[in-house]
Order: sequence, then C-alpha cells, then structure tokens
Amino acid sequence: MADIAATAAPSTQTTTLPARLAKGFVNRLVIIIPYLWLLFFFLVPFIIVFKISLSQTAISMPPYTPVLDFSDGISGFLAGFRELNFDNYTWLTQDALYFNAYVTSLVIAAISTMLTLIVGYPIAYGMARAPATIRPTLLMLVILPFWTSFLIRVYAWIGILKPEGLLNQLLMSLHIISQPLVILNTYTAIFIGIVYSYLPFMVLPLYSSLEKMDYSLVEAAEDLGCPPIGAFWKITFPLSLPGVVAGCLLVFIPAVGEFVIPDLLGGSQTLMIGKTLWNEFFSNRDWPVSSAVAVILLLVLTIPIMFFQQAQAKAQEQGR
Amino acid sequence: MIRKALWLSATSVFLTLFTAGGHAEDRVVNVYNWSDYIDSSIIDDFTKKTGIKVVYDTFDSNEILETKLLAGGSGYDVVVPSANFLARQIQAGVFQKLDKSKLPNISNMWDVISERTAKYDPGNEYSVNYMWGTVGLGYNVKKVTAALGADKIDSWDVFFNPDKLAKLKDCGVYVLDSPADIIPAALKYLGLDPNSTSPDDIAKAEEALLKVRPYIRKFHSSEYINALANGDICLAIGWSGDVFQARNRAEEAKQGVEIGYSVPKEGAQMWFDQMAIPADAPHVAEALEFINYMMTPEVIAKSSNYVLYANGNKASQQFVDKAILEDTSVYPDAETIKKLYTVKPYDPKTQRVITRTWTKIVTGQ
Repeated sequence: MADIAATAAPSTQTTTLPARLAKGFVNRLVIIIPYLWLLFFFLVPFIIVFKISLSQTAISMPPYTPVLDFSDGISGFLAGFRELNFDNYTWLTQDALYFNAYVTSLVIAAISTMLTLIVGYPIAYGMARAPATIRPTLLMLVILPFWTSFLIRVYAWIGILKPEGLLNQLLMSLHIISQPLVILNTYTAIFIGIVYSYLPFMVLPLYSSLEKMDYSLVEAAEDLGCPPIGAFWKITFPLSLPGVVAGCLLVFIPAVGEFVIPDLLGGSQTLMIGKTLWNEFFSNRDWPVSSAVAVILLLVLTIPIMFFQQAQAKAQEQGR
Repeated sequence: MIRKALWLSATSVFLTLFTAGGHAEDRVVNVYNWSDYIDSSIIDDFTKKTGIKVVYDTFDSNEILETKLLAGGSGYDVVVPSANFLARQIQAGVFQKLDKSKLPNISNMWDVISERTAKYDPGNEYSVNYMWGTVGLGYNVKKVTAALGADKIDSWDVFFNPDKLAKLKDCGVYVLDSPADIIPAALKYLGLDPNSTSPDDIAKAEEALLKVRPYIRKFHSSEYINALANGDICLAIGWSGDVFQARNRAEEAKQGVEIGYSVPKEGAQMWFDQMAIPADAPHVAEALEFINYMMTPEVIAKSSNYVLYANGNKASQQFVDKAILEDTSVYPDAETIKKLYTVKPYDPKTQRVITRTWTKIVTGQ
C-alpha cells in the first residue's frame, strides 16, 4: 500500500481545479479499495474469530456462549465487556501440545521454504536468462499445474512415493536400491509435497525480479575479473532479493497452516497446528479454543512479518 | 380475431408456465446425505411418484455436516448424521420432532435396531434409521494368511496382540482416525465396559493402543478404502461399508486382491446413520414424505442392494438380495448381534480427555 501511495502522490500536477479534484478522488479511491478489501476480508473475519475465542463452549446453535451481544445496546455491550475472559488462551499454555504443534509447523514451513527456494531459484534464473521468445512458454509451463486440482496433484504423489509406487519401481528396476524406500508417510514426503505444490509461488516473484535485472552489471563485474560465482553472489542475488523475500513469504505463510499435504502424505505422528486446530474444532467441538489457536497462529505469523517489513522499509530509505 | 386468439393462447401458455413453475418451486426437498449412499433411481422414482423435486447434496464426514447444522440456516430438509453425532445435535436443538402421523411406514422398522437407536434418540422422536453397520477388521486375505498362517481372522486379538500385529507391520496396518470408534474397541478387548468414561479405564485403553502403535502405519478415516483395494495395506480397522467398498473396487480392478471383513467375536461397535429434519428446514411436509418413502420396504431394500449396507427396516428384508442378507458381515446372525455394542456420545469433558489421549497415541505427544 505504501508503494501505491508513493507512486500516486506526485502525479497531481494537473492544470484545472476540477480535473485535479477528480484525479485526487480517483487516487484516493485506488488507495481505499485495498483497505476496504482488508477490512472486509481480513479485519471483520478476524474480529468474529477473536470474539468466539473469548466465549465458552455450549451445547447449542451455534456451539458457544454469546460474547459482546450488541442487541442490548451500549450497556449490554459494556456488561459483556467486563465478562470477557481469556481462559481459552491460558488453556493453550497449560498443555505443551499446542506449543509443540506451533513449533513443528514453523520448522516444517521454514525447511520447506528453504528447499523451495533452492529448487525454485535455478528455475527462475533459467527462465529469466532464456531467449525472450520462449519465456512466455516457460511461464505457461510453470502455471500449467494450476489447471489440475490441487488435491488430485497431491494424491498423485501417493502413487509415486508409496512402497510399490512409481519411484521405487524405477529405482529398483535400475538396481539402485534393493529394498523399497519408505518415503510416504514421513516428513520427507511432506517436504516433497510442499515444495512441489508451492513451487510456482516461489518461481513467479523470483522470475519477475530476475527478469527486470540489468544483466550488463554482471558482465561488467566479470570484465573486471570477478569469477562468475562471485558475480552471482555480489550482484545477481542481492538484486533479486525482493523476489526472494516475496517468494519465501508466499510459501512460508500458507505452509505453516498446511493441512491437506501433511494429512495425505505425512505420517500420523506429524503434529502440525492445522491438525491441532481441526481436532479442537471437529473432535472436541470447542469452537472457542480452536478460535484461540487460530488467533495465536495469526499473531505468530503477522507480527514478525510486520517487523520484518518495517526493517526492510527502513533499510531501503537508508539505502537511498 | 386471430390476433386476439393468439394473444389469449399466449397468455394461457404463459400462465400455465408460471403456475407450473410456481408449483414445482413449492414441492422441493433438499436432501443432504453421505456420498455414494443411494441408488439414484430411487430419487427419480420418488419425484415421479410425488412430483416433489429432490435437490440431492452429499457430504463425506459427520464433522462437515455437524458444522453446517450448528451454524444454522443450512437450508436442508433431510440430513443423515450418524447416531452418536445426532444425539448431541438433538441436545443442541438442531432437529425437530418427527410428526409420526405423517410416517405410516414406520411400522416396517426393525425393533432390534430401533431399540438401539433409542439410546441416542430417546423414543426415536427425531430420527429414523437409514442404514447401519459395524466397526470391524478389513483385511487382505492372501497377505494376512501368509503373515499369520491363519486364513481367517475373527478376533480383536489380531490387532491388540503386539506379537501378531508386528507380523503385519510390513504389509501395512491402517486405523480409523476416530477415537470414539477405537478406544471403545480397546476397552472391549480388555474386558472393560466400552462405554466407560473413567480416566483409569481410558488410560488402560491408551496403554493397550500404545503397545501396538509401532506397528500401525497410519491413522486415517478414508484413505484405507483405496489402500486396501490397491493391496497397499493388509489390515484396517474400519467401518463395514467402507471395507465393502474396498472389496468391490478390488474385484473391479481384477488385480487379484481379495478383501475380507470380520466382525470380531468379542463384539464390535454398531453405527447407525439416521434420517432427521433440521428445526429450520424450509420444506417439512416434503421432508416427511421423503422419509416415509424411504421406509417403503421395496425402496430401502433397493438402496441396501446398491450400497451393500444393512438397513433398519424389518419388512424390507424379503426384498434384499439373498447374497447380502445371508452375508453375516452385513447382516450378522442373531448370536453376533447380541454381542454388538453401542457407545453413548461423550460429554464435553470426557471428549476432551478422549481427544487428548488420542493425540498422544497417534503423535506420541
């Protein structure tokens, strides 16, 4: 949003007053739309979830006691406000289960993000350095898997990774292994599933920042005697950093809450926060506690990212 | 004149269309049932007979259905939850009492089943049985024979005895990811009351399950259907109907996989899928007509012949295929039925203990 504001501000150098006003209005509208989007699709749902997290379970429809009932007017609202309780949040601290689940999810997401970066960077680099005529085709190939259902693609990996699956059959027929590898239902399978599923989210932002890069800088470095690997780390990689950050965030954030891939490919021993939330919501029918789990997850994700973005913005300003 | 005639006929056509449209709109019933759980010709026959259009929608887990019902305003007229879910949903005020005067076919129901469903729905006031089954052992006949040297398994011992289960580890063991189905089985195997909510008993069940945990490949409530059918696993604790589905898929695939299902001799848990009408159902009269139609002996027998589950309709048994009626894994004999047990839904506190115990068994944490 800050970017939009920055680019929109200097463009108010029009001649007539009404035109200027109109343009100002349009500019403001452009800024307002994303904020409205955030308000309706992020803040309002978040407040609803937060409200449920402060209530208690009940055998009723819906299955929790009402909190902050606005129907009684301001006095009822204030009375409700005094009754707010954070029991559900203290509950989460009393059992190591929740903490472990958060940590496991963050670790799995971090490792998967690193792996996705390692796999995705060469792909994006190759695409960006490919002749301009075939780049659209390559881009198409990256997007193509989206045309098949995500669920079916994850299911397909069961067929590939299972003990009698395609991978083991191939390796055994080539006499590379004599015993089938156990991959399905392990953490390895989860990493494979996440890297495969989220690869396009890593490749696309990387590609867009690598493609814009001025390659003559690398040529200049090499002319001045810098070895290719040195030139990569000194020039290409730092210039692609915005793409790296965007790609990593796009992979890391959904991977933390991932439910389908660990469920289908991972073993039962995998304790991730998505499954814990599912248990609270569906097995215990405890909507308030599951809402509290979701609120904490959101805080765990957004607060570090907000600090990170602030730090980045500061670094950029200093860089100027 | 001609113009006037044309005008009149156009008006009448328009009016007929309009009234016909309006009529059809009145006579609709929105049914929400498990996926792949009815012979679709039954729905067509119902519409032909009554003129009521059926909007048929499916779900694949009780949890999804329950969430929709608890949130309210689902718009469904007939839903088919399992009895243990139904019991709690009744308490939450999700359903309305059935007007029995509109359900003359209720006299066809089977008292053996109605007595048991009354534990969940006292007096069967809110629901009517659709299908029922058991929680038992699905197995790959060849692989289990090879591993254990017995061509048939008929006891929980094959699962709860670590020495036996260890032999099946390599060919693969799946277990329902459903504590309400597995913990009572463990209690039954230990000779305890499967309905026990005492923390001591639950701890004993936990201990028994932790002993065999190393030999279990995965806890999952649906993957075992395909895994059994493909020959990827050799033993699964599963719902009878799912195992029959796996058996049929294996037969269709003709890969030489033969699937058996056994109701353990110590006793197995029964499950019931019950037809009920949500309190806020928009088409109650049509819903009652639909439920009544589903209790017609020929109709429900047709459904059983298609989905291969036993139904709770005594009068329908003469129309059920002999092969299904005589298959004791579908319709257990009177002796076995006596040993089958039902499990009452847990109160929220016990539910928490059960879920927590289950997480520990499954994930080790």
